[in-house]
Amino acid sequence: MTGFKRHRRSGACVATFTAFEADLLRSLAGQLIELLRNESATAQVQSDPLEELLDFSGPTTAPEDPVLARLFPTAYPDDEEAAGDFRRFTESALRDGKADGAAAIIDALEESGLSTQPEDGTFIDVELDEGAAMMWMRSFTDMRLAIATRLSVEEGDEDYWHSLPDDDPQAQVHDIYDWLGYLQETLVHAAS
Amino acid sequence: MKAVHNGRVSTSPVELDEPDVDEISQLASPWVTIVWNDPVNLMSYVTFVFQKYFGYAKKKAEKLMMEVHQDGRSVVSTGSREAMERDVQALHEYGLWATMQKADQP
Repeated sequence: MTGFKRHRRSGACVATFTAFEADLLRSLAGQLIELLRNESATAQVQSDPLEELLDFSGPTTAPEDPVLARLFPTAYPDDEEAAGDFRRFTESALRDGKADGAAAIIDALEESGLSTQPEDGTFIDVELDEGAAMMWMRSFTDMRLAIATRLSVEEGDEDYWHSLPDDDPQAQVHDIYDWLGYLQETLVHAAS
Repeated sequence: MKAVHNGRVSTSPVELDEPDVDEISQLASPWVTIVWNDPVNLMSYVTFVFQKYFGYAKKKAEKLMMEVHQDGRSVVSTGSREAMERDVQALHEYGLWATMQKADQP
């Protein structure tokens, strides 16, 4: 696992993903798009607990789904009417922007060689200019907010997550959350 | 917020370029944008967003970030209602938890 680095000559932010990592990132971006685009989606019945936890494309009635409530916070906490107006005028643009960001990640990975059925042992090199780096950072944030909300991540709870057995699905999803945090941290430093 | 690299962030006091009281009272009805702490966003990222979006110097961005982290919230911009709505929307694009209210509201 490696994170982002700044390419000395071009100034671009570069990273090399394994096929597995790139595929996982594509899948997370795809789920984010589904969550953002499909407002009337109902929670799917999943038999696999890992899949269930990774599926943040559940019921999406705006303020009721805690993930959407976090992605689109209430701008006026003490003024319901103003808050409603703000949401009416901003939320769909915000949704589109976030979905476009996630789609840009998928496009970039596929343009860099990620196939539908990636083979083990292949690597995907991505190179992000300043604008793309910003977009990836925002999308990493959205994915991390979505996963953290589903897992009920709290400040300073790292010990709890590390105490879970390796085969606990929640621990596995938390590992993905940590990995996204690592990508985010290295990307911020590479872009700074 | 979450620190990935503990101790890297400067906590030394930094002077803020806040508008003085006279300047504020001349505005018709000043509003403020507030960013709230959350357990997810990285300290480095929040600082980066304050630099990129507001154009704040790194020291000021870090001071505001530390206020969010330690006090749970920080006023990150002041201005007209329309300007604050733009700021809140932009900060939501970045995934920060931002709200707005009148400046004289507790």
